[in-house]
Amino acid sequence: MDLGVLVTIFDSSLRLSIPLLAACLAGLWSERSGVVDIGLEGKMLVAAFAAAAAAYISDSAWVGLLAGIAASVVFALIHGFASISQRGNQIVSGVAINMLAAGLTAIVGNAWYGQGGRTPPLEGAQRFGDAIFGHSALVYFVLLAVPLTWFVLGRTRFGLRLRAVGENPAAVDTAGISVTGLRYAAVAIAGVLCGLAGTYLSVGQSAGFLPNMTAGKGFIALAALIFAKWRAWPALGACFLFGLLDAVAIRLQGISLPGIGEVPVQAIQALPYLMTVILLAGVIGTAIPPRASGVPYVKER
Amino acid sequence: MSAPIDLPKWADTIVVPAVSVVAAFLVAGLVVLSIGENPLTATRWLLQGSLGTGEGLGFTLFYMTDFIFVGLAVAVAYHAGLFNIGGEGQATLAGLGVALVLNNLTFLPGFLLIPLGILGAAAFGAAWAAIPGYLQAKRGSHIVITTIMFNWLASVLIVYLLVNVLREPQSMNPETRAFPEQSYIPFMHDALAVFGIKVPASQLNLTLFLALAACYGVWLLIYRSRLGYAIRVVGSNPTAAVYAGISPARVIVIAMVISGALAGGLAVNELMGYQHRLLLEFTAGYGFVGIAVALMGRAHPVGIILASLLFGILYQGGAELAFEQPAITRDMVVVIGGIIILFAGALDGLFRRLVARMLMRSSMARA
Repeated sequence: MDLGVLVTIFDSSLRLSIPLLAACLAGLWSERSGVVDIGLEGKMLVAAFAAAAAAYISDSAWVGLLAGIAASVVFALIHGFASISQRGNQIVSGVAINMLAAGLTAIVGNAWYGQGGRTPPLEGAQRFGDAIFGHSALVYFVLLAVPLTWFVLGRTRFGLRLRAVGENPAAVDTAGISVTGLRYAAVAIAGVLCGLAGTYLSVGQSAGFLPNMTAGKGFIALAALIFAKWRAWPALGACFLFGLLDAVAIRLQGISLPGIGEVPVQAIQALPYLMTVILLAGVIGTAIPPRASGVPYVKER
Repeated sequence: MSAPIDLPKWADTIVVPAVSVVAAFLVAGLVVLSIGENPLTATRWLLQGSLGTGEGLGFTLFYMTDFIFVGLAVAVAYHAGLFNIGGEGQATLAGLGVALVLNNLTFLPGFLLIPLGILGAAAFGAAWAAIPGYLQAKRGSHIVITTIMFNWLASVLIVYLLVNVLREPQSMNPETRAFPEQSYIPFMHDALAVFGIKVPASQLNLTLFLALAACYGVWLLIYRSRLGYAIRVVGSNPTAAVYAGISPARVIVIAMVISGALAGGLAVNELMGYQHRLLLEFTAGYGFVGIAVALMGRAHPVGIILASLLFGILYQGGAELAFEQPAITRDMVVVIGGIIILFAGALDGLFRRLVARMLMRSSMARA
């Protein structure tokens, strides 16, 4: 295997890991504040649709990005309202977000464009071109979000409070800081990041929206989040690993390896899910979520 | 505001779900309006297509059968305090169980093969649910995450098996060969014709009775048996369960096994009753609809039957509606399902408070 092949594989791994990474960081913000988010998939999907539709109308990928982020934040706030203000079940709310997103994007897409839910193909300025070293600006935004997340969560007052809210909200409340405010902030940041992820899918990586184009990426991001044990730099590693697996699976399609024979693509596709199950079972290391995640905060107790 | 909202039982079990469903339909109506269609005409087509003709009714009851099984599956786990969102994966594996049994025991007569196929579905569904159950009970891995992962593992596995192993060599489609004919669960129109009753042909088959029997069985189990009591105790207070001499770990695994077996009913209805072969994506997202059904039906078998009927109407009526008004595709049902899950599940407290306020106002007016 020569250097050229390695560079190609690295490149496609990076491309494939970017949406995972953005969604994974979104989950990290939300869950670190104590709000479990299995609606990453749905938020990415609405963002992908809104971004493609807006980019098509406005002839600008950047307007698409704004629309994608806005749509994703709206869904994030619905999740926030249900799980923070109404103290509803966060899992149930996440499932609802995913179903709403899958159904709404398909219906509205079909009603607007009549192409089976697809948006018209995007071209030129409607897409994020490969600006720097063959990658679009979005790629660098998402990569930049890693040190930013690490710094803000780990080194600022806001980050400390946010992490505290995910571990022991009562203590934060006692200190006179709003638990609700912090959690809403975290959920909104998650919305922005999912917006980036979705926009990257429809306006960066592909040229337009396809129904259900997230195809489980939100759940792989969730797996990566567990794998990274809810930390920013390991999230980069986990997402790149899962992106690499994806790239290798595409590359190995129909190729017979010496000594092993043809590796079924599905075996590689199954690895992220399998590794997460094994990790969660505590066979190799442990993954402990933030202590208060999934628990609505009740002030009076 | 955090004080528990006390409602009379009838309000809690009937009014609250009804209010949230009505609210869900109002929102769905807004969606229909916003894409420039008339919600009232849409509703008329929906009801006409699902209940207006004998054929439509048959299809409605066919879908209802699917939803009863997945709804019961979610409900049983829910009583044990578990959130099983793995219905899709468990039903997929159950389909594999059906195919393995039926296509390997082709020499058996129908009266043996049909029960064995059903058992195969239940066993494979149960096994696929038992692993997350075991991991939750013994290793503390969160059941929601593991069942999500098991859904994806199941879908990857079934693609591999259908493309590489189980597919007929000369066929291009990723599906198994047809099941032996004696293993088909009779269609309702054929079965009724034996008694001289003529009904229009549809996919509806005798699995409906199995689903209704399962409802009765689950009711007996949850509300009338020692095990069901243990399940409910573990669900409401695992610590108290330990003091009562109940092992939460054991109950969790058992509840998941039952839940997975029930999800397998989806494969029985779809594959043994209608498709007569194993094919990709026969679960069609019904596993997630099961969550809506269970939440709306308050995890009670009677509620689940009613909620399943509603979703049966939506699925069948939605298909007819998509035919009459192409702008409203069947994805509308997914939207309605999502809104119902949001309203009846996550925003439950909001609607309970609303109903409590309405009740208080009416009692004050009376005084």
